[in-house]
Amino acid sequence: MEDKRQWPLYEVFVRARGGLDHKHVGSLHASDARMAIDHARDLYTRRQEGVSIWVVPSKAIVASDPTETDSLFEPARDKIYRHPTFYEIPDEVKTL
Amino acid sequence: MNAAVPQAGSEALFRYVLRLGDLSLVLGQRLSEWVGHSPALEEDLGLANIALDLIGQARLLLSYAGEIEGRGRDEDKLAFLREQGAYFNAILAEQPNGDFGQTIVRQVLIDAFQLELYERLAASSDERLAAIAAKSVKEVRYHLRYSSDWLIRLGDGTAESHARAQAALDLLWPYTVELFTEDELDRLMCDNGIAPRLHEVHSAWSARLDAILAESTLKRPADRPHAWHGKRGQHSEHLGYILAEMQYLQRTYPDARW
Repeated sequence: MEDKRQWPLYEVFVRARGGLDHKHVGSLHASDARMAIDHARDLYTRRQEGVSIWVVPSKAIVASDPTETDSLFEPARDKIYRHPTFYEIPDEVKTL
Repeated sequence: MNAAVPQAGSEALFRYVLRLGDLSLVLGQRLSEWVGHSPALEEDLGLANIALDLIGQARLLLSYAGEIEGRGRDEDKLAFLREQGAYFNAILAEQPNGDFGQTIVRQVLIDAFQLELYERLAASSDERLAAIAAKSVKEVRYHLRYSSDWLIRLGDGTAESHARAQAALDLLWPYTVELFTEDELDRLMCDNGIAPRLHEVHSAWSARLDAILAESTLKRPADRPHAWHGKRGQHSEHLGYILAEMQYLQRTYPDARW
């Protein structure tokens, strides 16, 4: 059952400036998406943090199961060959 | 050219700019009373942001008023050391917060007024006023989005929220008449291209309110004649209490800094 005494939770994503991607900045309560945008504007962009806001109902987010951390993420640990670290990089290349 | 063109040192322009600044200052002070008491943390910040915008507008306007007066009074002196009778805001701004619905109704009425007024003031022959209005109109547009969204939610919400919103509207509507009642000072400002005609502001405001009220399923109260003259310094009992709280620190510890 949804708790009617409290507004639903939304996750907030803010784009700091054009060209960057939206970053998760926090969450808030709002009765609907439009109010969530207003609240996000008031809570998370009052110090010029952004130029664009996304809000997503928190219940729409599907998260990985913390109890499965071992099987999901551990196996990647010893596969260092998946990192592109075995190349000789010429001195002339400054940024890669 | 009209001999009474308001300019630097003009008492008329000084008073007119104070009218604008005091409306924002008193409303901003009122709104800030919600800080720590709002129905939700999110609304606490929302209302505080609006209060800060309004106080920011008041700072610009009061600073300008002080320069026009030319007697060395700055924004702080004007805000914290004027008596009630020297405040020229329309008395709608000083009406109590009441419940959240009452605060929202007061906010919608004034936001829509400021929006229509500032949009026109941005074309004022007074460059400084035009610049302040052009900056403020962006803030006010958001204020009205916030307040009218809430009024629609409350009016078109539950039976209880509808009844409270309607009661607040009936209570506060009569005070709106003062906003649009043109007196000699308003006329002088219009004649010199400094301010827009208030009846033009009123018809635009009225159309805006009709649309918001229709969506809110609230009934527009009838206009009634009134005898309020906050714009001339005659205030309701409420302003004294607001100033007592707002001015306490400066009057007790003159020129205090932090």
